[in-house]
Amino acid sequence: MPGNFATASDVIRFLPEIILAVMGTLLMILDPLLHRRSSNAFGHLSILALAGALGGAIYAYLNGGPAFGGMLMVDGFATFFGVLVIVAGILTILPSYRFLARQGAETSEYHALLLFSVAGQCLMVAANDLIMVFIGLEISSISSYILAGYLREDKRANEASLKYFLLGSFATAFFLYGVALIYGSTGTINLAGVNVVLSGPGAPSLVFVGVAAALMFVGLGFKVSAAPFQVWTPDVYQGAPTPISAFLSAGPKAAAFAVFLRIFTTAFAPIGHGWEPLVWASALLSMTIGNFAALQQSNIKRMLAYSSIAHAGYVLVALTARSEVGTAAAMFYLAAYAFMNIGAFAVVSHLSGKGERYQNIEDFSGLAQKQPLAAAMFSIFLLSLIGVPLTGGFFGKFYIFKAALESHLVWLTVLGLLNSAVAAYYYLRILVMMYMREPAEATEAVEPLSPGLRLALIVPAIGTLFLGIFPNWVLDFAGKSSVLLK
Amino acid sequence: MNLLVAVLFLPLLGFLIALAIPRSSAGGSRVWAMIVSVVTFLASLGLLFWFDRGSNGEQFAIDWPWITTPNIHFAISANGISLWLVLLSTLLTPICVLISWRAIQNRVKEFYAFLLLLEFGLIGVFLAQDLFLFYVFWEVSLVPMYFLIGIWGHERRIYAAVKFFLYTMAGSVLMLAAIIYIYNRTATFSYPAILDMLASGRLIFGPTEQLWLFLAFFGAFAIKVPIFPLHTWLPDAHVEAPTAGSVMLASVMLKMGCYGILHFCLPLFPSAARACAPWIVVLAIIGIIYGALVAMVQPNMKKLVAYSSVSHLGFVVLGIFSFTLLGLDGAVYQMLNHGISTGALFVLVGLLYERRHSLAITDFGGVATAAPWLSTAFLITTLASIGLPLLNNFVGEFLVLQGAAIAHWQWAIFAAIGVILSACYMLWLYQRVFYGVVREEVRVHLPDLHLREWAAVVPLILMMVWMGVYSQSFLPPVTRSNARVLEQSQVNVSLRVQSPAPNPHPLTPVSLEASNAR
Repeated sequence: MPGNFATASDVIRFLPEIILAVMGTLLMILDPLLHRRSSNAFGHLSILALAGALGGAIYAYLNGGPAFGGMLMVDGFATFFGVLVIVAGILTILPSYRFLARQGAETSEYHALLLFSVAGQCLMVAANDLIMVFIGLEISSISSYILAGYLREDKRANEASLKYFLLGSFATAFFLYGVALIYGSTGTINLAGVNVVLSGPGAPSLVFVGVAAALMFVGLGFKVSAAPFQVWTPDVYQGAPTPISAFLSAGPKAAAFAVFLRIFTTAFAPIGHGWEPLVWASALLSMTIGNFAALQQSNIKRMLAYSSIAHAGYVLVALTARSEVGTAAAMFYLAAYAFMNIGAFAVVSHLSGKGERYQNIEDFSGLAQKQPLAAAMFSIFLLSLIGVPLTGGFFGKFYIFKAALESHLVWLTVLGLLNSAVAAYYYLRILVMMYMREPAEATEAVEPLSPGLRLALIVPAIGTLFLGIFPNWVLDFAGKSSVLLK
Repeated sequence: MNLLVAVLFLPLLGFLIALAIPRSSAGGSRVWAMIVSVVTFLASLGLLFWFDRGSNGEQFAIDWPWITTPNIHFAISANGISLWLVLLSTLLTPICVLISWRAIQNRVKEFYAFLLLLEFGLIGVFLAQDLFLFYVFWEVSLVPMYFLIGIWGHERRIYAAVKFFLYTMAGSVLMLAAIIYIYNRTATFSYPAILDMLASGRLIFGPTEQLWLFLAFFGAFAIKVPIFPLHTWLPDAHVEAPTAGSVMLASVMLKMGCYGILHFCLPLFPSAARACAPWIVVLAIIGIIYGALVAMVQPNMKKLVAYSSVSHLGFVVLGIFSFTLLGLDGAVYQMLNHGISTGALFVLVGLLYERRHSLAITDFGGVATAAPWLSTAFLITTLASIGLPLLNNFVGEFLVLQGAAIAHWQWAIFAAIGVILSACYMLWLYQRVFYGVVREEVRVHLPDLHLREWAAVVPLILMMVWMGVYSQSFLPPVTRSNARVLEQSQVNVSLRVQSPAPNPHPLTPVSLEASNAR
């Protein structure tokens, strides 16, 4: 309705983004005022902001529906991913207290940027229109570029940030080009509108739409670090501050996958047979490259980066299935993955020490003897990453391959499962180090677990086990939300 | 409260509480593990008591919905085969606690916690009646064993532990794919329901489909058994594991594979199983002879026993794929026998290691003089292991050979060579270790059995004698369950069970004919 800028329901449905943006700005304003006194205050405040956003997201869901003339859509799908990225944000902040203190870094901008990034992701997952997707993507990405290079003194962080920024900008450009082509050929940027045009009579030539879809695939494939657009991932994950690596592997990735799922299963559903082979190949490549490259790594952050490429491959398998079950499987998997991966990175950041000296797999030697709790939690995350039953990772994988088999993707399933057996090897290496070797330099020097870290380990561990033993709650919600997509 | 649930969850409860015992109290962990494992064993004796020996069906069945999408149930029950395997697990766990009492001094709390978790996983594997649940237990049992080998094992423990984990994992992921495939066909994981569908013809696996599914399941089980070319993880795992790990691995974990073949492969994929039987039998016979020959030249006692396991388990596979009731009975009996006698062998070898800190045969000699009771126990176990009449293995081997002879007399001849070879390597081992000149180190370092060790060894020896003398206490429920397996494995198959001639084209789509007729 022209003239009517925003109704009350629009504001309610936009609540999480508003809270995050306002609080992020507030943190920046408070910086000069609070700075001297307590640097932990920013952490507390941003957790408060995220908790508020969480409440806002749930309130918005209860009053769900389209907002701003259908540019946003607050449905189960959006809420699922919204809650996911907000929780990922909280779990990132918990280990950050000690991390930032140890590195002697400023805390206000860090938290403000994190809040902006989460706000961008909330926008992405609710976007129902290609321009909103783009705006959300940019808000999220630009904050993450800065966060990746947050430790200014560190050469690797600089490299990571620059690489991430340059390649990321290209990727977004590709995405935008795709959006332009879609608008040119269909005359709409609304996702449901594109679907209608593509499935109706007089659909535009497949060449244009196909090229557009391919370009958007490149852009989004970069964001989720799917092969062959994955090359930035190890360098960025290694160079970025460890809690930020955790965040990148959970929040932005989940949000990008949400966009991926929404665009490809709604707007591009009519040309599904066209993009399916593309995603099929990318899924297989991601799993294989990720897992086999991870076998070679000695740096744990690089290893987890390659593992995150492989896991993106698993989620792409779910996308290839092109079914509601597949979408629900992907949603479940991303939730499980967020828990286990943030948890794993939290242990890494705990151990890494000042200047992130200890990043090698060998540095974990004997952790089980020095800090049994940290080692036990890490084991849960690793077993979940391997896909051992009674963990969320297993059930996610199970559900994904079930969806794939339902869609008769037998070869992809078999190759994917064999891939996950290969993957077991490099996760086991860490277990071997922690439990079967004597303590070494890094584990002798490890500091006691701070309360924040303790929470950052226990909460994801409980989440991982909960998703593995009682997957129903999340699964049912994901199942319902995946139906809403169409 | 269903007793079966209690037997299954007692070890898990014990595990969770064991985690809460403070690290400093090693004695507390030991005592707690002992209490839990003994109580579990007593509870499982209750199962035996209330088990209806006259019925061939599943008993103590529990079916609780667990996850709704997909439809997964917590369904467990016991039959005449799994009952004994559960009892085997619950009997061996307290024995493992006993023999680890002194041997494990390092990270005691974790050791016993993992042992209890292992018991939970193993019992679960034998009871699960939901394919998903079965897979869960199958994998869950892997993790504690991995840690048991990797943390408390010998020099090359890490290599052995990782190899063990990866081998099993690689096999089982394909089984997972097959399980999902079956679910997508039937919309259920419930094993009885699937068998029902097969029996009534509502579910028919085409020949190719069946072959692939069979191979996916069989691959996972064959690695675990292990069947000949897939056995290479076993000697490493056995040699490197601590004594308790070796015992649980040999006695119970290997049976997971055998049980899987018997309980799942045969009833689910009857024609494929029969089609592949000749090939599998060939591998089994190769395993029997190869395992025995390799055992003969081992300089390391544990490795010798490990290779003898390969040989013994060849008999089990041979019995199963003879598709005769005698053969199946023999196979199950042999599973239990191997659990008891090889378990005892590993216990005794472990006791020798504890005393002498060596597993090399050449480091011993004349032990019989230094430790006569230990030697006697070892002798009885050796005789049981080589199949002396009146001891347990004889019954099993006899039945297997008989069943194999009914199917194909040539099979029995080749397999019988294995029996002869087993006498060679075991008696030769006994001679070198226990007889001969008493070496000085042996005299000094080898005290005889003391009370705790007696308590671990005697139950096993009693079982050897009991199972050898009066197999009727054990066999009737086994036979009933086996008869049912055989009957189920005839669905879709036009073969007669004990037909001497194999079907020339076992993979002809009999199932399709059946469906047309209907």
